[in-house]
Amino acid sequence: MKYGLQFRDVFAAWESILDGVWVTLLLSAIAMIGGLVIGIACAAARVYGPTWLRRLVGVYVEVIRNTPLLVQLFLIFFGLPSLGLRLDGLTAAIVALVVNLGAYSTEIVRAGLEAVPKAQVEAGYSLGLSGLQVFRYIVMFPALKAMFPALASQFVLLMLATSVVSQISVQDLFHAASIVQSRTFRDFEVYTVIGVLYLGLAFAFRGLFAGLYYWAFVRR
Amino acid sequence: MIREFGLIDVMYLIAAARWTLALTATAFIGSALIGIVIAIARILPFAPARWLSATYIHIVQGTPLLVWLFVMFFGLPLAGISVNPWLAAAVAFSVYGSAFLGEIWRGALVSIAKTQWEAGASLGLSLWEQLRHVIVPQSIRVAIPPTVGFLVQLIKNTSLAAVIGFVELTREGQLTAAGTYKPFAVYITVAAIYFAMCFPLSQWSRSIERRLDVAR
Repeated sequence: MKYGLQFRDVFAAWESILDGVWVTLLLSAIAMIGGLVIGIACAAARVYGPTWLRRLVGVYVEVIRNTPLLVQLFLIFFGLPSLGLRLDGLTAAIVALVVNLGAYSTEIVRAGLEAVPKAQVEAGYSLGLSGLQVFRYIVMFPALKAMFPALASQFVLLMLATSVVSQISVQDLFHAASIVQSRTFRDFEVYTVIGVLYLGLAFAFRGLFAGLYYWAFVRR
Repeated sequence: MIREFGLIDVMYLIAAARWTLALTATAFIGSALIGIVIAIARILPFAPARWLSATYIHIVQGTPLLVWLFVMFFGLPLAGISVNPWLAAAVAFSVYGSAFLGEIWRGALVSIAKTQWEAGASLGLSLWEQLRHVIVPQSIRVAIPPTVGFLVQLIKNTSLAAVIGFVELTREGQLTAAGTYKPFAVYITVAAIYFAMCFPLSQWSRSIERRLDVAR
């Protein structure tokens, strides 16, 4: 039997697909910002904090990094209501993504902070700078530069991983695909188109981060 | 009828984890077979091979694993291959994993000093023999920690196969949650089982990495 590929019906549904792209972008942006904030806070706690706090952050990082995002999502969306905390799909997705990315960025930011040689920090203190000044003028810039590439690729991976939120019926790009599929029965075509769109998004994000890196670290 | 979530369900979940491991093993073998070709193509002194393999990596790493699962699930039948979730998942994970392993192993191959290649060449070894007898044996040491780290990613990612109806740990968890109506207890158990599989591997990867650092 010969099958003719037909994309017309898929392209006809471009409006639902575009809505999906928008939700995916929104989720990724919120998760990146939230994840980075958690990452910075936890990394600071892990490098400069008291021992009990370091252990706590360590447990958070290890638990999140050694369990699948899909299970974390199910636990938050299906599991928490039985503890009395009911979140709608979008909120649950955002919480899961932020918590997940937070753990990965903690490790990346920590590595960045530790990449700054200790001697430079000591030199700063011996010049009479305060802790905050040492951080601001000595640690921050090289640390940011060291962690940027790893953070950027983690962000792109996260953007792709947001596709799992479709499993708790958040209407992102992947969910749009399943709606178009059920309407047109052009499953292979739909998922190919969606794949190309994700690829475009990934390239756009990589380009954006490369530009940002150039603007912040190379230009000067 | 709603049943209780008891010890027997935990046993079922643990039993389902073997399908997670089986899929991981299959996916790892598939990824390794394609990945080694990609890694070598990336360093060949032949531009089109490097260019093609780089494009492959860019495309695979730029699309979600879920898309690969669905494209294989719906696309392989179009090519006349009858598909079950097993085959679709195995193929999709192999494609996905090969891009990551290819990149990891390329890094390991490149990390070997150029003088090693030249030493091989000056002994009269062909390009293939240099790779086979000089470069690869040395790069394996470098490649082991990130490869084990990737294995952890693979174990976690097999949870996505639940979406196309492959019954592994996560899918079994969904079924149990639907039957017992205790989603919190069920998913905590599922997460704990994943953790029990992944955490030792993560720690192991880290400890061999540290040992290699010291050895240098």
